[in-house]
Amino acid sequence: MAYKTLIGLEIHVELATKTKMFCGCANSFGGEANTHCCPVCLGLPGSLPVINKTALEYAIKAGIAFNCKINTETKMDRKNYYYADLPKGYQISQDDIPLCEGGYVEIELEDGAKKINLQRIHIEEDTGKLTHTLDGDTLIDYNRAGVPLIEIVTKPDMNTPEEARLFLEKLRSTLKYIEVSDCKMEEGSLRCDININVIDTETGAKTNITEIKNLNSFKGAVKAMEFEEKRHIQLLKEGKNTVKETRRWDEVKNETITMREKGGTDDYRYAVDGDFAPIEISQAWIEEIKDKLPELPHDKKERFIKEYNLSEYDAGVLTASKELASFYEETVKYIDDAKLVSNWVMGDVLRRLKDEEMEIEDSKLTPKALGQLISLVKSGKINNNTGKKVLREVFETGKDPEVIVKEKGLIQISDESQILEIVERVLSENQQSIIDYKNGKDRALGFLVGQVMKASKGKANPQLVNKMILDLISKM
Amino acid sequence: MDIVNLSALEIKKKIINKELSATEVVKAYLNRIEEVEKDINAFISIDKEGALKAAERVDEKIKNGEELGSLAGIPIGLKDNIVTKGLKTTCGSKMLENFNPPYDGTVVERIKDQDGIIIGKTNMDEFAMGSSNERSYFGPTKNPVNNSLVPGGSSGGSAAAVKANEVALSLGTDTGGSTRQPAAYCDLVGIKPSYGLVSRYGVVSLAGSLDTVGVFGRDVSDASLMLSAIMGYDEKDSTSYENPIDLAFEKELEPTDYIKGMKIGIPKEIYLDEMDKRLIEQFDKAIKVFESLGASVEEISLSHLEYGLSTYHVISTAEISSTLARFDGLRYGYRAKEYSNLDELYINSRTEAFGDEVKRRILMGTYYLSQGLGREYYEKALKMRTLIIDDFNKAFKDFDVILTPTSPILPFKLGKLKGEPLTKDLTSIFTAPVNLAGLCAMSIPCGYVDGLPVGLQIIGGRFKEINIIKAGLGFEGGMKNGI
Repeated sequence: MAYKTLIGLEIHVELATKTKMFCGCANSFGGEANTHCCPVCLGLPGSLPVINKTALEYAIKAGIAFNCKINTETKMDRKNYYYADLPKGYQISQDDIPLCEGGYVEIELEDGAKKINLQRIHIEEDTGKLTHTLDGDTLIDYNRAGVPLIEIVTKPDMNTPEEARLFLEKLRSTLKYIEVSDCKMEEGSLRCDININVIDTETGAKTNITEIKNLNSFKGAVKAMEFEEKRHIQLLKEGKNTVKETRRWDEVKNETITMREKGGTDDYRYAVDGDFAPIEISQAWIEEIKDKLPELPHDKKERFIKEYNLSEYDAGVLTASKELASFYEETVKYIDDAKLVSNWVMGDVLRRLKDEEMEIEDSKLTPKALGQLISLVKSGKINNNTGKKVLREVFETGKDPEVIVKEKGLIQISDESQILEIVERVLSENQQSIIDYKNGKDRALGFLVGQVMKASKGKANPQLVNKMILDLISKM
Repeated sequence: MDIVNLSALEIKKKIINKELSATEVVKAYLNRIEEVEKDINAFISIDKEGALKAAERVDEKIKNGEELGSLAGIPIGLKDNIVTKGLKTTCGSKMLENFNPPYDGTVVERIKDQDGIIIGKTNMDEFAMGSSNERSYFGPTKNPVNNSLVPGGSSGGSAAAVKANEVALSLGTDTGGSTRQPAAYCDLVGIKPSYGLVSRYGVVSLAGSLDTVGVFGRDVSDASLMLSAIMGYDEKDSTSYENPIDLAFEKELEPTDYIKGMKIGIPKEIYLDEMDKRLIEQFDKAIKVFESLGASVEEISLSHLEYGLSTYHVISTAEISSTLARFDGLRYGYRAKEYSNLDELYINSRTEAFGDEVKRRILMGTYYLSQGLGREYYEKALKMRTLIIDDFNKAFKDFDVILTPTSPILPFKLGKLKGEPLTKDLTSIFTAPVNLAGLCAMSIPCGYVDGLPVGLQIIGGRFKEINIIKAGLGFEGGMKNGI
């Protein structure tokens, strides 16, 4: 039997403006509860919202970066529902005329690029935050109320959890590239809801769409999708169907759990918000924003291929995040060997980051330090293996590679007279290896070199050691 | 000289000329309030102390030879849905009985900047929903013309306070006629400015796309003085109009100078069966006055006018149902004593603190916005609104002002229309379309029939306040001269 999974995503992204969407309060994460509030974001009687032009600009930026059509005549609407984190009893959002329509995000699959189409991007305001205390009280913090958001809605174009992950990675990297959001899932500045169902392509039977909320990481999102995909397929196999419902991902139990059933569709009783005049966006402004848009991931990748003579794959990895790309470019400024820098970044640096589960911008490694380190290796002052050890130390301490090398006396010994004594001792202690080598066992040479390296505490120049051993053996 | 009989412009003049001090004026008004307020109930709060302090500051300025604002020393009443810092703002509701706003509305700031004296907060129908002031949680306001009559609403307190000489000027609000209708019932001039001319920041909203701040005065000049002091762009209101306009109300010309050559349209659709015949006779007399002053009067057609009231009803209640959602008992205002969960807190607080009319409109509005229920009415109403705007735009290409009666029925007795919300709604039939189209309009006294005051509505194009003020000044002069 064959099954096709359909995944659509709704992503809320907090825009990194200085002030909130409709008032002058600071837009910043955290802060003492209810200190970034005013009559407007608290919805006090008589207060009126005024749209933040920068938020509008950021949303248009995102629209342009994702190839959307920007609606030049749009409006704000009210989405009505009651909840304690919503000060006005309605959320200012957009209903039938979103700021951006259509558009797509391209992801790279093994068999080529795939377009994930967007339905829309609209602007809205964030809600406050509830904290439930152990005594059963609920505390409300309105610092987040009125923070500008964009909601990005995709079409159900993703067919595997992996595609959804690639989409999310690309979406996040692009939003960071254009500097409209820091996209920190753990701080809630990027939030993702999943809609998923499965079709039996032979019978045409399909499950009801399940919505999954409460996802705190891309990893969690992928696990939740995988779990749901299996659950849907199992039900189809049993000739059953899913319940139309909202589920949440339980990180501890590693499963999705029913939150609430959806009785029909939610009715938010959308109404035009009479507190706003219709919003008109001039073509000239759109062009201006377009001109100011920084280099997008795709363009950067193409440039890397040309400018640094990198492979398509390497350029893709290096431009996956804006921070990594600029880290790479900065490093090349310190050591003019693009290929070598690429090898180091793609190899040891990324491996290290992965092990530590951190991003390059959060690590102690600077482009200057990496440049210095690569210079040390390239000039032969330290050998490759020592270089790797020094890199680890830079990650841990943030010290200059040159300082580390000096402090630990790691400078490579390339002076034959200093190594000769060790080489002679190793040879005299390993006669059998010499015989083995002469009998054609090449591995014996490696062993001998290794012994010398060990005895020199890794400081001897391995190429030199190699040469000296060969010289001495040939004279025997 | 009885100070409280003076017009606002006269008070200002006498204060500037040092014939009167601001303190004398304020004391005279406070005494007047003492005398009559128990019979009128025009106020919810009176800020005696604040008013006297403000008057002292004005007198100080005069003493120091400082420049005075345009409202220097004039006692002013504010409808109690205009927020005042530290002075409770109740909206005539139990919901906000003890609500002390932390900020001043823009119009309040402007009055203070212009040295006006805020005397107190006036009574109103709860959350500005009503047309008789009988819907106030703080008891009904009586009409100073005749205490057995309602003063109109929802700005009935602001109208009554001016008519009873408790203040010289006042602010109301006008979402569907709430300034013009009480002006008509209390024999005053009331102006509803064009949507966007006066900032709504700090005015507790009813229906944001229709709400305006209205002004009351005993004559056209006084009302215009009040309007000129509060109008103009405000960055805190997204719907605020950026261009300045001129009112030119202080020029003293002959009535004919204002009216001569003015093109006036009379919509043929206003002659309704429900109209009081006495009103029509009085209205026709008013038209004659304009003609005799040199205006050319023609019948016009506003073909969608008959749908104005129902369109207004649907749009305004839809917005109300959303706007009033914030009164949930959580952050400010009334909270029920008993509840066992969040939903009960909402339901009990709102059930206990909102009056019947407010509940009626929230329910209707919720219905009109609900999918599969009344949603199609809402969508049709939005379309109809556009057609009504088009009708007016077309008419104002050829005419300077349009005349209608302000209300189709004469002031009625207190309690007479209890339980007849639809008849009360009918009083907005000529005023509400003006709000739908964002136009400006004035209600101006047009004589009495059987002891009941009649109001004439003069409608102007958007931001063409100058036209309605000229027409008003001319008509007022003509009436005074006994034309």
